[in-house]
Amino acid sequence: MNGKYRILLPVLSLTVLLAAVFYLQPRAMSYFGLNLLFNLAVPIALATIAQMMIIMVNDIDLSVGTFVSFVACVTATFLNDAPLVGAAILLASILAYAAIGALIHIRQLPAIVVTLGMSFVWGGLAVLLLPSPGGAAPTWIRTVMTVKPPLVPMAVVACILIAGLTHVLIMRSSTGTLLRAVGGNAQAVARSGWSVTKLKAGAYALAGFFGVLAGICLVGLTTSADANIALRYTLLSIAGVILGGGEFTGGRVSPVGAVLGALTLALAGSFLSFMRLSPDWQIGAQGAILILVLAVRLIFSRRSRKWKGAENG
Amino acid sequence: MDNSRLSTVLAIPRRPWFWAFAASALAYFATLSLTEGRGGGELLSAALTFASFSAIVGLGQMFVITLGPGNVDLSIPATMTLAGTLSLKFMDGAANLILPGLAVALAVGIGAGTFNYLLIRLLRIPPIIATLSASFLYQSLAIWWNRGLRIKPPEALADFSTGAIAGLPNLTIIGVLIALLSWVVLERSIFGRWVSAFGQNTRAARLSGIPVETVRAVTYVVSAVLAAFTGYLLASFSGGAALNMGTEYLLISIAVVVIGGCSIAGGNSNVPGIWGGALLMFLVVSMLNSYGFGAGVRLIMTGAIIIGIVAAASGKGRPT
Amino acid sequence: MEVATGAGRPKPDVPLVALSGACVHFGAVRALDGVSLTVSPGECVGLMGHNGAGKSTAVNVINGGLTPTDGQVRYGHEDGRKGTGAARARACGIRSVFQELSLCPNLSVLENLRVPHRDLTGFGWRKTAAGRIAGALDEIFPGHRIEPGMIVGDLTLAERQMVEIAAGFAGGPTPPRLVILDEPTSSLDASIARQLLEHVRRFCAKGGAVIFISHMLGEVFEVASRIDVMKDGKIIASRPASEFTQQGLIDAMGHVANEKAVARAAVESSQRIGEEVLKTPEGLSARKGEIVGLAGLAGHGQAEALARFFMSRSGKLARVKDPEAAFVAGDRGRDGVMPLWSILRNLTLTHLPSLTRRGLVDRVAEQALGADWKKRIGIRTDNLGNLILSLSGGNQQKVLFARALASSAPIVVMDDPMRGVDVGTKQEAYDMIRTEAANGRTFLWYSTETDEVCQCDRVFVFRNGQISAELTGDGITEENILAASFQMQGAGA
Repeated sequence: MNGKYRILLPVLSLTVLLAAVFYLQPRAMSYFGLNLLFNLAVPIALATIAQMMIIMVNDIDLSVGTFVSFVACVTATFLNDAPLVGAAILLASILAYAAIGALIHIRQLPAIVVTLGMSFVWGGLAVLLLPSPGGAAPTWIRTVMTVKPPLVPMAVVACILIAGLTHVLIMRSSTGTLLRAVGGNAQAVARSGWSVTKLKAGAYALAGFFGVLAGICLVGLTTSADANIALRYTLLSIAGVILGGGEFTGGRVSPVGAVLGALTLALAGSFLSFMRLSPDWQIGAQGAILILVLAVRLIFSRRSRKWKGAENG
Repeated sequence: MDNSRLSTVLAIPRRPWFWAFAASALAYFATLSLTEGRGGGELLSAALTFASFSAIVGLGQMFVITLGPGNVDLSIPATMTLAGTLSLKFMDGAANLILPGLAVALAVGIGAGTFNYLLIRLLRIPPIIATLSASFLYQSLAIWWNRGLRIKPPEALADFSTGAIAGLPNLTIIGVLIALLSWVVLERSIFGRWVSAFGQNTRAARLSGIPVETVRAVTYVVSAVLAAFTGYLLASFSGGAALNMGTEYLLISIAVVVIGGCSIAGGNSNVPGIWGGALLMFLVVSMLNSYGFGAGVRLIMTGAIIIGIVAAASGKGRPT
Repeated sequence: MEVATGAGRPKPDVPLVALSGACVHFGAVRALDGVSLTVSPGECVGLMGHNGAGKSTAVNVINGGLTPTDGQVRYGHEDGRKGTGAARARACGIRSVFQELSLCPNLSVLENLRVPHRDLTGFGWRKTAAGRIAGALDEIFPGHRIEPGMIVGDLTLAERQMVEIAAGFAGGPTPPRLVILDEPTSSLDASIARQLLEHVRRFCAKGGAVIFISHMLGEVFEVASRIDVMKDGKIIASRPASEFTQQGLIDAMGHVANEKAVARAAVESSQRIGEEVLKTPEGLSARKGEIVGLAGLAGHGQAEALARFFMSRSGKLARVKDPEAAFVAGDRGRDGVMPLWSILRNLTLTHLPSLTRRGLVDRVAEQALGADWKKRIGIRTDNLGNLILSLSGGNQQKVLFARALASSAPIVVMDDPMRGVDVGTKQEAYDMIRTEAANGRTFLWYSTETDEVCQCDRVFVFRNGQISAELTGDGITEENILAASFQMQGAGA
């Protein structure tokens, strides 16, 4: 029964937050207002999906923030000036992600340390590309990100698309199910003859892919980039996955939940500024939100400890 | 008798920390070769000073990492910043408040370490996430308290932190003392045995009667206290507590542990290696700077070194 | 919906699997010692035996999980396939349903099929998967309430076992021809277990084959056409089920009267046994100086009962200097050995608080303790400073023993510590235990070997997680233990 209620937490928190925002700032309840509120949620949602891919196979990626920053720098420079080279770099990054995943599995390395190391590699590469803020967004990306569909703002449409597509990819397709199985019981998967290394590398490659999308979208919105533009995405993405009903181990994730979680967190940022919370506390608020989410989830999960209790040694 | 002495000497290159020191020496001479040997004394002094900060936080991180896979303290930079900010604000430049200021810094460490542990224990949050989230809270607190003018440390304290005895920087002396103390705790005390047992096989440690929760709690507090102490010293050394004073120490604390030869799998700590790693980090950076490479290359290199060492050292092979 | 049984395809005289002279050695341990076994279509083989008889090993050889170090495994539908043993076995229609669940708790019932059935891809795979599993569930367990869309983690243990069984019998890329069922009814209630047994009979009648392992003798007799009894890695009897009786089966699984039976000095034991020192909620109790054994088939709750007791009496910082209980691990790697440490450090671990002065370990005292126990328990090494992994398995076990005995704890809990240990070491350990008991130490000893259990003053036999019998004095015999380990009434009682 617990499975159905998992999606409630992100839905409820998003609704409550929306209501609070509209109460504080009624003018936000317009096409323009909504677009402004959720604009930056699109790259965050993509980064959250990327993190979800990694969490799905029982690891954590501490390099999401710097990777997205790196991609943003590549987009604002190469993709703008020399698109083919830029595309090649981005493709190589995705392959690098896959290689990291394979390495972590084959050598049984702790993902924390490896991804932390990688975060500094991506960070260094970003600094090399753009030592100071600059670059420019390629026109085609700019166009896509500022399109104005009727009735519903682009940001909302984009998030619905992301949620829908990843849901089909991860929750409905046979490959996605196999990837989730790796998170649930990797030994059973290996015993059935699958190569867990290839599957994990695949999950990491997907994470790299969505990280690339996140960076490109971000530049489309901010029009320029700098090496530190998305550093906060690491914590935000983890919080988004957990808020959306995902768990650190066991392969239980929800793409729709993750997108909703990302939207909620993006909204929380706006909410805090509407509350005129001094910017001093905005950083702390992110940490507090994650802790709060985990505490609430702990209370909920206390109810369903059946699996642990019933298992005999 | 002679044979055992000879074999001890011959065994040195096989010790993990040897290579960190050897590589540091290499980097040192590579840098000096650019300046044709001038400035060797200053470089050594700078290396020893800055390596002290890295070494002290590295020791704290080492304790946590020895607890085994999944245990990393990501709140070290924020704890440093908070402790430095609060203690300097408390002292407000008054010389008679130097020691109480130290007490404030250590209290921040105890508080932060306890909070980290409670998050891990009560809320069952994985240590990475717990320390990462907590670090945001500490950073916010530091920002909030740091409003206004940049407060300078008391002059006596600033002089002490930049001073030296017989050519050896005071900070290095402190750093070496703390390293010695850590070594005694890890190698000779019962707590050190318990930490190592926890890291090798937590379940077996529990089944051998070790109070595992106490060990975990104390370890996280120790890491936070060492970070806080470093923040106090660093703020005094730099003439004030900047809000980004801790940023680079996250990477440094982990890199120093890995380079020094501690096993990431836990249970195995290596105190001399911490100093070797600390020296290496500084000397590699100054070497890169001297050769004209900027922050970008430095970051990439350190990240790659960490991954390389971890990948090479963890010879576990294919899982079942 | 009909479950694929391979009816019509296999020829009754071609066996589905044939082991000839299969041997499996794990170092010195002979888990299988020359086993020849064939299973043909239409047969339901009941594989019986006590702990360590070799049942799991035999079954793992059949399904390709283990390669025999000697002898051969042949499958009846090879078609020149290549690949690892497990893949070949699967391709020949051999399925296994074990006690350790191989389901992914985060996936739904139908999604779990994706892992073993490699042909479930492309559009509409979910419908196919749902059809397969629902069909199998309906065929085997009519009236069940498991929907293919339910998440496995939300199911009860019984429902999870039903799903595992159904997955074993479900049609797939190759139809199931031989299904191995290892304790399939352990979590099922009586009526559901009955449904399974009826399905097994139907499956075999249509030309399928089943290997059935269970401690419920009534069930075995209901379904098995043939019973193979294993003991010490060999098959000692293989006859049609009708030629066995329940009691005869139990007799066959036990050993002949032990020539080296330990003389039980009743007078001696009553002198050393004192007041009750422990009583657990599930009914375990022990008196001072008593050696209490936990018996029964492996995996029936003994290790959990021991762990529960030990955890409740340890772990507090305040009691570290005078512990209430000490633990001897059986699974050395998981529960005992500190792999990076020396022998000495491993040995003194539990007793460290008493060797500590002002926080520092007194290394001289530690060396003395080590030397003392090295002599007492006979650890074969030239230097206690060597790494513990340099020792043989038996000697490592001795170190773990010394660790527990060196502490001052009055109660020693032992989790099957002699498993896989050589005979010489075992004897030394038994002597040690008896000496310590004479000095007033209480032992809680879980062992999967009847010989050892028979040396205890009192024995609790576990079955299905509960104590099924308490034996004392002359009542501690192999027959009584076996009788209490297996369930003798009708199936599913």
